[in-house]
Formats: sequence, structure tokens, C-alpha cells
Amino acid sequence: MYEFVTGPLAWISFGIFFIGLIYRLVWYIRGLNWQLDRVAYTQHVSYGVKGALRSIFYWMMPYGTRSWRDNPGFTFLVFILHIGLLATPIFLKGHNILLMERWGFSFWTISESTADVLTVVVIAAIVFLILRRIAKPEVRLITDIHDYLMLLMAVAPFITGILAHYQVGNYRFWLILHMLCGEILLIAIPFTKLSHFVLFFASRAQLGMDYGIKRGGMKGKGLAW
Amino acid sequence: MPEGKLCNKQTVDAKEQLDALLADKGGKQYYEEMNHLDVDKKALRATLKNVVRSRFKTWLEICSHCGLCAESCFYFLANDRDPKQVPSYKIQATLGKLLKRKGDVDNAFMQECMDSAFSKCTCCTRCGVYCPFGIDTGLMFAYMRGILFSQGFSPWEMKIGTGMHRIYRAQMDVTTEDWVETCEWMAEEYEDDWPGLKIPVDVQNADIMYTVNAREPKHYPEDLAEAAILFRVAGENWTVPSEGWEETSLAMFAGDGAACKMQVESVYDAMDRLKPKRMVVTECGHAYRATVIEGPYWAGIKSGQPPVESIHYVEWVAEALRTGKLKIDPSKKIKEPVTYQDSCNYIRNGGLGDVAREIMGYIAEDFREMDPCREHNFCCGGGGGLNGIGRYREQRNVGLKIKRDQILATGAKLVVAPCHNCWDAIRDLEEIYKIGIRWSFLKPLLISMIDVPEHFKPTEEE
Ligand code: SF4
Ligand code: SF4
Ligand code: SF4
Repeated sequence: MYEFVTGPLAWISFGIFFIGLIYRLVWYIRGLNWQLDRVAYTQHVSYGVKGALRSIFYWMMPYGTRSWRDNPGFTFLVFILHIGLLATPIFLKGHNILLMERWGFSFWTISESTADVLTVVVIAAIVFLILRRIAKPEVRLITDIHDYLMLLMAVAPFITGILAHYQVGNYRFWLILHMLCGEILLIAIPFTKLSHFVLFFASRAQLGMDYGIKRGGMKGKGLAW
Repeated sequence: MPEGKLCNKQTVDAKEQLDALLADKGGKQYYEEMNHLDVDKKALRATLKNVVRSRFKTWLEICSHCGLCAESCFYFLANDRDPKQVPSYKIQATLGKLLKRKGDVDNAFMQECMDSAFSKCTCCTRCGVYCPFGIDTGLMFAYMRGILFSQGFSPWEMKIGTGMHRIYRAQMDVTTEDWVETCEWMAEEYEDDWPGLKIPVDVQNADIMYTVNAREPKHYPEDLAEAAILFRVAGENWTVPSEGWEETSLAMFAGDGAACKMQVESVYDAMDRLKPKRMVVTECGHAYRATVIEGPYWAGIKSGQPPVESIHYVEWVAEALRTGKLKIDPSKKIKEPVTYQDSCNYIRNGGLGDVAREIMGYIAEDFREMDPCREHNFCCGGGGGLNGIGRYREQRNVGLKIKRDQILATGAKLVVAPCHNCWDAIRDLEEIYKIGIRWSFLKPLLISMIDVPEHFKPTEEE
């Protein structure tokens, strides 16, 4: 089982993850149409690029936009969640040792205690996001089962990972479950809301171009996101 | 009865059709017929396939239901934070469902969608500026209106509006003769006070081709005279076209793409015919949006730009003040507190926020910003054609509360509103909520403030 999960299944899930995301991106771009969308994407390139970059940049900055600033608590949760979700698996020592062993390369790594902190942060952020979903009537109404499922899928590798790391009960069991959860997450990303992994950038760039080329970008200083 | 006599999937291209619609006061029969209108599911599926492509599908799919858009929508705030007014909810319950059911929906659902698309969203696009994914719900609702229109589910006034554009190339029944006569009449009417005043029609190669909102010739012809006075004082070489003078587009509000194209092409034809250096659009937000921002796309112009450089009236005013073509008499500046209604259509969606401030700097001593303002401003409450739709009067009036409170908070009693829709909405909010404010376009304010050259002084002052 261990061999299977760290071998073929890892290959398959990474393959689906990368190919799926590339497919989504290509599908997105191919679906754009200058006349239907009413954005002259290929004209006024400098305005388009500027609009797209501004639109991505300000939204990737913590508290960089009016909307982030208006919702400080939520913004805090979203940013620490995403930092934890991305940094922990990529820079974890264990993962990089495995990477080196299997695929012959690795990234630099973070200490175990940093990884522990990040893991707890991810779990805590998700708990608070779930509470927020329940507490706020305007969020509760629009929440559906998928939203909880996404949060669950995202947090599962972290919970199982830390249980394995501290060898709570059966180490082998948690380890395999951890890897399975991670692989499920990778496979799910291209096919679910989690496709915002790339579509966030695509959508932000598109609206940025819309504002940059058509909706005032060529007249004013550019939209103050 | 699959298709009504008045309410149906046909477009209104003949005067008899239009007259029949107009004769149905308040759309009583029209809405009654709508209850029996069939949904052409096959056509609906095809429309969905054409309109809802990767951009909208992505928006509908990746929405994380975070609710950040909730407070960005003035309807959510005006309706006591009703969760059903969250933009994400509104679009998922309409376009989202329509897509999930692949167009397999009934009459009641389509009517619900129409009610949402027109009375719960003014397409102000504010929510799109507050969504982390850049999901522009207002934009989706604008396209949703097009889908509804193709199936005959359009508010009565909107259907009439599209007919007007199709028949008269104007949002009202103003013919070329009516228009030209109004220009002549206004020039004569004001000539005593403003010697030599002219409204030059169809002059070729002018520096400025001026275009208007049909309401001006129809209901507020003095606006036209005021424009003429200001152009004359500024020494502009200007003209109006006898045809292609109308900038507005109820067709855009209604989602009748073909009529949108017809309308803007009439203006672009006038540009071709008269070859002006520039076009100036009157003080109207959606007119500018329709003809300058969206129009080129309807007309299939790849650059996304109108055939000649086109500017909004506020841009012309700012330029005239900046270059000294218009000079403000400092003693006549507005002394009382005054605020400015940022129109979504040319501020948020047109980038003219700075231009508006520049003007206020010249004409006002105590300018007070609304909060929020500029591209973050709230819709006046009457956008997207809502001012003109009787069926949704009540919902519109509730929405006006946000603008009311914004204005009250500034302490200003005068609101500068260089947009016909905003102007109407503010007038109506005063009528309903009686907060003791006045509102104005720029033209009359400017006329009361400018230095008038000797040769052009009103006669009674001579
Ligand atoms: S802010 Fe955007 S992602 Fe969040 S609920 Fe609204 S539309 Fe969806
Ligand atoms: S476009 Fe404006 S009115 Fe429509 S949902 Fe968004 S914020 Fe509300
Ligand atoms: S009426 Fe005015 S404030 Fe409202 S959507 Fe239109 S331009 Fe914006």
C-alpha cells in the first residue's frame, strides 16, 4: 500500500493536477471572445497588461484592496490559510526528502517547528472559516455542501499529517491516510472550486484587462481596487 | 396561448406594434400575457451556449460563497441586510440555476429571473470591485437581461424602449424633424438673451460633434440651449448631427443587442458623414457607456474605440476650465456645501473620477465627498433603467435610501449630478424622503458662474 501510494498514485495525482490545471487555463482563455465579452484583449496591450497586473497584485497583497480592508478578520484568515496551505507541503522536510529520493530534486526546507505552527494555523483558520459560515446569515444562505467539502478536503492532509508526525496511534495508518488525502486534494483541484488555484489569476487578469482597456483604464489612473 | 399579442419574443420594429404597446397603459395586458408566455427551451439552450462561456462559467463555479460582495451591494444594505440580496445569491438563483437546468425552466422561473435582473440589480458593477475573484455579478445580470429579452421576458417599458430605438433611433419618439426643429426653436428662444446664439446642424469637419439624450429635446430643451451657450462662450466650433444625435440606449438596459448595434451605428454614421474631430456626449452616464464604451463592440470595431475620439461632457468642461476657454467668476463660485454624484457608468466604468474633482475644484468652495466615492460610489438607486419601470417602483424606492443617507452625511444641500439617471433618482428621492436637497446638472450651474465675453453678453445687461 505504502509503495502504491507513494509511487504510481503520486505520479497519477500530480499528473492530473498539472495537466488538469493547464487544461482549465487553456479552456478559460479559449472561451474568451473580444466581441462577446466586449474587451479588446489583443489591442492596447500595455493597458491590458497593466490592468491585469494591477488587478492581481492588489488582491494578492494582504489588505491591498478596499474589500480586504473592510473585512480585516476574514482577510487575516484567508491569507494565513493560503500561506499555510502552500508553504507547508512545499517546504516540509519530509516531503523534500521524498522528492529527492523519488524524483531527484528538492526545495529548501522549513524547520519542523515552523511546519507545526503552520499546520495548526491552517487547521485553526479553517475552523474559524467554518464558524464564520455558520454565524453570518448572509454567508450561511449562500453556503452549500460543496463549500464545507472543500474546506474539509483542504484540511484533511494537515490533520492526518500532524497525527502521523506525532505518531498518535498507528503511524503507518495515519501516514498512508495522509498521503491519500493529499492526493485526493491534488486530483480535486482542477475539477472543483479549488480550480481557483489558477482561475483566480485568470479571472483577475480578465477583469483587470476589462477595466484597463475598456472601463476607464485608458483615461484615469486605473481602478483603485 | 404561447405568444401574446403584446408580450412575445418578437422585436418591435413597426410603429403599429409600438403604438399597441403604448396604448396598454401600465402594461396591464402585457404582463397578463406574460403569464402565459411559453419558454422556447431549445432556443434558450442555444442562447445559453453562446452567452455563457468560460468567463461566466468560471465565475459561477469558483465563487467561494465568501459573502464579501454582500455589503458592496446597496440593495443588501437598503433591505436590512437581507441575505437574499447578496449578489452571489442573486446570480446563483437565476443564471446559475438556469445553467444547471440547461434551460429546462418554466414561465414562473423566467419571471422570477426578470424580477431579479431588473429590481434587484442595477448592473452598477460595484460588487465586482469587492470580490476577490473579480466576479462581476452586475455584468452577468446585464447579459442575463439579454437572455430574458430573447425569450420575451422584459419589463413593459424596456420592450417599448427597444422599439423606440429600432424605429426612431432614439429612446423616445423624436423624429429627425422634431430634433432639428427643437434645435432651431431653442436657438431662437434664447437669442434675445444670448445674441448670435446658434445650434449648428450638420456642419462638416467641426471640432466637436455634440450628441444628446432624447429626453433633452423631448422634455428639457433648455438643456440644449445651455449647451449651445457654453460652447459659444468657450468659442468652440461645434455642430449637432441631424441624424445620429441620440446617445442613450434603453436597448442596453433591456439586453436587446441588435437594437444596441442599430443605435450606436446611427451615431457612428453621423461621425462618418460629418467628420468631426471629436464627439462630446451630454451629461448622461449610460449614454456615454453605451456609445463610447460598449458601442464599438456592438458595431464590431476591433480596437474597441469609437470612430472618432469621444468624450463625456465632464471631460469637455474640465478641459475648457483648464485651458481657460471657460472662466469662472470667483465671486460666483458655489459657496454652500455641495456634493457630487459619481455615476457608475462614467466614473467606475469610465475612469473619470479625477475629471469630476477637477471641475468641482473650479466651481465649488465647499466641496464635500460622499462616502464612499469615486469608483467605489454606490449606485444612485435608479440605474439599469430602473427609474423608468413601474413594476419595480417600490423596490427602487427602498434602494434610494442608501443614496439618501450618503447625501445627508455630507451635510450638503446641493447635489451635482451630471447623469440623467442619477439626476432623476435624486429628484425622486427628494420627492419621497423630503430631505430638503436640490440637484443640478453642470450646465445651468456653469452658466450662472462664467465670465461672459462682451460681444455675447445677454442683452438686458448691455
Ligand atoms: S465576493 Fe465573490 S466569491 Fe465571494 S460570494 Fe461574492 S461573488 Fe462569490
Ligand atoms: S451590480 Fe450593483 S446592484 Fe447589482 S448586485 Fe452588484 S452591487 Fe448589487
Ligand atoms: S443611475 Fe447613476 S448611479 Fe445608478 S447605475 Fe446608473 S450611473 Fe450608476
